[in-house]
Amino acid sequence: MNILHVEAIGLMAPGLAGWESSRAVLAGEQPWQAAPLPAAIATLLPANERRRTTATVKLALQVAQEAMDGAQEGWRSRGDFAPPTVLASSGGDSEVLDKICMALTEPDRAVSPTQFHHSVHNTPAGYWAIATGCVLPSLSLSAYDGSFAAGLREAAAWAWTETTRVLLIAYDLPLPFPLSERRMIVAPFAVALLLNPAPTSERLAVLRIKPGRSGAADQLEDVELERLRAGNPAARSLPLLRAIAERRTGLVALDAGDNAVLGMEVTP
Amino acid sequence: MAASLAALRNRESGLRPCDFEDADLPTWVGRVAGVEDEPLTGEFSVFDCRNNRLARLALEQDGFSTAVRQVRDRYGMERIGVFVGTSTSGIGATEQAYRNRDPITGSLPETFDYQHTHNLFSAADLTRRWLRLSGVALAVSTACSSSAKAFASAFRHISAGFCDAAVVGGVDSLCLTTLYGFNALGLASTQVCRPWDRERDGLSIGEAAGFALLEWVEPGDGCIHLLGYGESSDAYHMTAAHPEGAGAALAMEQALAHAGLQPEQVDYINLHGTATVLNDAAEDKAVLRVFGPGTPCSSTKGWTGHTLGAAGIVEALLVGLCLEQGFIPGTLNTRQRDPNLGAGVVLHNQEKTLRIAMSNSFGFGGTNCSLLFGRGEG
Repeated sequence: MNILHVEAIGLMAPGLAGWESSRAVLAGEQPWQAAPLPAAIATLLPANERRRTTATVKLALQVAQEAMDGAQEGWRSRGDFAPPTVLASSGGDSEVLDKICMALTEPDRAVSPTQFHHSVHNTPAGYWAIATGCVLPSLSLSAYDGSFAAGLREAAAWAWTETTRVLLIAYDLPLPFPLSERRMIVAPFAVALLLNPAPTSERLAVLRIKPGRSGAADQLEDVELERLRAGNPAARSLPLLRAIAERRTGLVALDAGDNAVLGMEVTP
Repeated sequence: MAASLAALRNRESGLRPCDFEDADLPTWVGRVAGVEDEPLTGEFSVFDCRNNRLARLALEQDGFSTAVRQVRDRYGMERIGVFVGTSTSGIGATEQAYRNRDPITGSLPETFDYQHTHNLFSAADLTRRWLRLSGVALAVSTACSSSAKAFASAFRHISAGFCDAAVVGGVDSLCLTTLYGFNALGLASTQVCRPWDRERDGLSIGEAAGFALLEWVEPGDGCIHLLGYGESSDAYHMTAAHPEGAGAALAMEQALAHAGLQPEQVDYINLHGTATVLNDAAEDKAVLRVFGPGTPCSSTKGWTGHTLGAAGIVEALLVGLCLEQGFIPGTLNTRQRDPNLGAGVVLHNQEKTLRIAMSNSFGFGGTNCSLLFGRGEG
């Protein structure tokens, strides 16, 4: 009980728009170049809902959608295909929380019902379930800067103990002012990994998770990518994504927050 | 726990007309008295906010931190995980900081510490540091099922070998966000909440923190056992429960399957029972579908109010009391059962030997969790 097969990946960040098109950049074969996020993302949401939802929901759903599309074309017509989900994010939707806290400074304290609906950490999970029709469970968590490692651990524990594929979705976005002065997230970043405890015919990598928590977290040589890794909790996944993109066998140590790491062996 | 048991026995509600800060709302709340006078100090002062004060108070009740110290010596500080459910964490600190923004720059006051108060992880972080633990730690935040799902997460982490034991808990505290938010939705009652009542018209918001220690034990040890959990998503609507309670029923069925139990083996169900018109109706349909009308059930929200992300742990602990003491708390404040609802809702306290009981927690976003507990008798 320590093996996970990565079936597919979804990725969205500045200069990293989609897993396949980012692979060469992550493997160091092409330079990273700044680019805004594409406008049309999370197309599985109906157009009216896509207009109503926030950048956070769209970013989370975009990478989830890409990972599922990568695993099996036409999966949306198969209700049994979408697995349980783990959503990891340090702070959730701070755009919504900012609007609520701002409304509470006004004399009438008129909190918008729509904002309040969207204020819970599991809002992207709710939209994903509605969009896919998937009634399987979902868990939304936070572990501050260690949120990605905590999400991967939760997904692994879930996959092993309940013998099921799990879709891990990690995302964090810059906070609006004035919260941005107290929590610096440098750029939006979201990643999804479709994980299977059992061997699959098509796979991107095999992960062997290590139990210990001590050690130093891997960093990236590329200055811009390292700035992203250190500046967004979801981007703490980058050393793992790099190892998968390089299609090599090696050890990866991800920052798990508070001077701890999540270590694993990665093989193609 | 002793005071909670006495309140259940004596049918004394903790709900009062809203007396939180300067919130001027025609609603009832369950405010924990004295939190205002219990600041976190010394090395923990960075965590100081209402939510973390409440968490710290709970960690020091009933010899809990002493019990954790004992298992810490046995397992090692790095082998005990921390799983804390919360919905709004310390957002109250951010609300205050926004009201005290610099009038010219708009910046938040220098004293505001986002990481250790508002961030969802802060109570889990405080819990870990307070108990001197260094293992895996995370905050589960799935609205009102948060601390029920914390049990499922802890179970999986122990089963997978990421830890040997777990501190499982939850905390949510009164704040303007939830008070004004639920009022904006028209879901907060102007009276005290009356679950399953024909005149129910909404919930009363409460606050709470609670913790439990989870570890593998042998049968017959006299502890309360987590027998199983079940989870599901409604995949229906962001805030409205599925009208047929399909997701709720699925969570209860999954819990029974996980525990290897039949519905007739469950002696009591602690309902989510928030007292909103639609939530109670949906849960009623779900209970009827899985259990029929014969299984005794009740909501304890009339005592505590809806403690949101803490509801799962609070009601797990109350279920533990019911199992130990052999009694069912009759739904408080409920005068006349809604004739359109059919679940076996109990209105008066009953003495009854209980072996197995269920606790339900459902939340915004269509997130459902049912837990099954039993008395650890051979």
